[in-house]
Amino acid sequence: MSQRWGAGVIPYAEMGYWQPDYQPKDTDVLAAFRITPQPGVPPEEAGAAVAGESSTATWTVVWTDRLSAYEHYQAKCYRVEPVPGAEGQFIAYIAYDLDLFEEGSIANLTSSIIGNVFGFKALRALRLEDMRIPTHYVKTFQGPAHGIVMEREYLNVYGRPLLGATVKPKLGLSARNYGRVVYEALRGGLDFTKDDENINSQPFMRWRDRFLFCMEGVNKAQAETGEIKGHYLNVTAGTMEAMYERAELARELGSIIVMIDLTIGYTAIQSMAAWARRNGVLLHLHRAGHSTYTRQKNHGVSFRVISKWMRLAGVDHIHAGTVVGKLEGDPNSVAGFYDTLRLDKIGADPVKGLYFDQDWASMPGVMPVASGGIHAGQMHQLLHHLGEDVVLQFGGGTIGHPMGIAAGARANRVALQAMIKARNEGRDYLAEGPDILRAAAKHSRELEVALSTWGEVSFTYESTDTPDVVATPTMV
Amino acid sequence: MRITQGTFSHLPDLSDEEIAQQVQYALGNGWPLSIEFTDDPHPRNNYWDMWGLPMFDLADAAGVLYELNQCRAAYPDRYIRINAYDASLGRQTTALSFIVNRPAEEPGFRLDRLPGPDRRVQYVAHGYASDRPAGQRYTSPG
Repeated sequence: MSQRWGAGVIPYAEMGYWQPDYQPKDTDVLAAFRITPQPGVPPEEAGAAVAGESSTATWTVVWTDRLSAYEHYQAKCYRVEPVPGAEGQFIAYIAYDLDLFEEGSIANLTSSIIGNVFGFKALRALRLEDMRIPTHYVKTFQGPAHGIVMEREYLNVYGRPLLGATVKPKLGLSARNYGRVVYEALRGGLDFTKDDENINSQPFMRWRDRFLFCMEGVNKAQAETGEIKGHYLNVTAGTMEAMYERAELARELGSIIVMIDLTIGYTAIQSMAAWARRNGVLLHLHRAGHSTYTRQKNHGVSFRVISKWMRLAGVDHIHAGTVVGKLEGDPNSVAGFYDTLRLDKIGADPVKGLYFDQDWASMPGVMPVASGGIHAGQMHQLLHHLGEDVVLQFGGGTIGHPMGIAAGARANRVALQAMIKARNEGRDYLAEGPDILRAAAKHSRELEVALSTWGEVSFTYESTDTPDVVATPTMV
Repeated sequence: MRITQGTFSHLPDLSDEEIAQQVQYALGNGWPLSIEFTDDPHPRNNYWDMWGLPMFDLADAAGVLYELNQCRAAYPDRYIRINAYDASLGRQTTALSFIVNRPAEEPGFRLDRLPGPDRRVQYVAHGYASDRPAGQRYTSPG
């Protein structure tokens, strides 16, 4: 014991942060980190260092630890396993007592878990792969302002994915021209149109003007189709006060949905989620910036962790990958993100990159959004990979249609409905997809032209973020 | 105009055989079917009239089609939809809903605009047919 408390530096593992016999409690927050220790640093010591630096430790022994029940507050690295096929990389499992975290605060959770430790010199790289949020902690968060079921009942849309499009070009349109795109896309058959992440309030189009013209388009399209329509009005701004002001006007104008960017920060997201719940307005989140830390496999934070944080924080929509589109998205990893967002009880599944069981205790699901380089000709693949509770967003695939925007929207809607109908009839829609689309195009000139324009366009590049192929380690 | 509510409204109207296939899909999932009709298809009209109770114990598509045709015979010029309901924990909501009957002519909605201060406009989608009393909206006068 005297050695433990002598002044100076001793290994983290010897300070109590490495406990291979520890049995995680049901109430513990668990984390799986991919660690790449510096040469010469044993993996157990590296895991212990991560546990220490993300909980109570500093670099040297401090006597003031002895004024607290320090063993309770120390995070415990309880297992370290080599990553199959990746030399020098290990998965370190760490348990954190629930007492380490403030109730209902993503900022506090993340300041602990990813606060200091990612710059730690003893590690060459560090990635937070997954977390198990105990239901005791889940229940301290609001969760999605409305969730998937409420959104469907609100929109009166059942049995099929929702359809959307981002207005293009994303920058430079005047408010009047912008509203034209909204109107055409919605009247043609989409449920939603969307501001892009960087449409806020610029010299070429101020936010208030955009809101007014977009709502003219939304209401006109509703009257022409007899359907509920929405445009994600992006309220992202420099201050909370400005965001609230914009969201209030959107609400007063009757918009059913507003939008924020991930760049506004976790606390601002939670504030807007509370606002959205209070005001009956759906909340769309664009994951602007996430690839800076989610994409590389050896360093950063996996998007499955971001998905969990955002479900807790309380958004109704989040962009979560397309598999077949232009942006990064390995099919198995994306399936893991979608499960995390939509299901209530999720089992650990190494194939999908899910390290832990997760129980959401009936917290409503978040509607994933698939956006970026997708088109009507891929409808069978999209339905196969992404399922029914998803917003499929065809920006270029709507607005770039040679017959016009409404025709592009109609092509997407016809393709989707034909595919759902075929699936429900028991057909092998994935294999027969192109035939089903061609048959549907006989009744729809718009779809016929879409298919001949984009045909088989696809983006086949190797993903960087994939689950470790070998079925790994037993999960907790 | 053509009201495009429902899962298949952008496709040609479903034949009875195609309707039966969708009903069979719902039954296969354990979703009971129900039939509703209305002469007020406003997008915010959630509560169409119920053609009896949801058919919780009916396991046969032909039975649903029989009920549908009874409803069609009684209300040939109304909107009629078939809903499938998923009562499982975590859903407890409609799983599929599609229109299976329409009036011969769909006049649609007029958009009323009430200009307010600060360039704001209040919008109201006003169903042309709903100016007439319920029950007389889609029947031809005289």
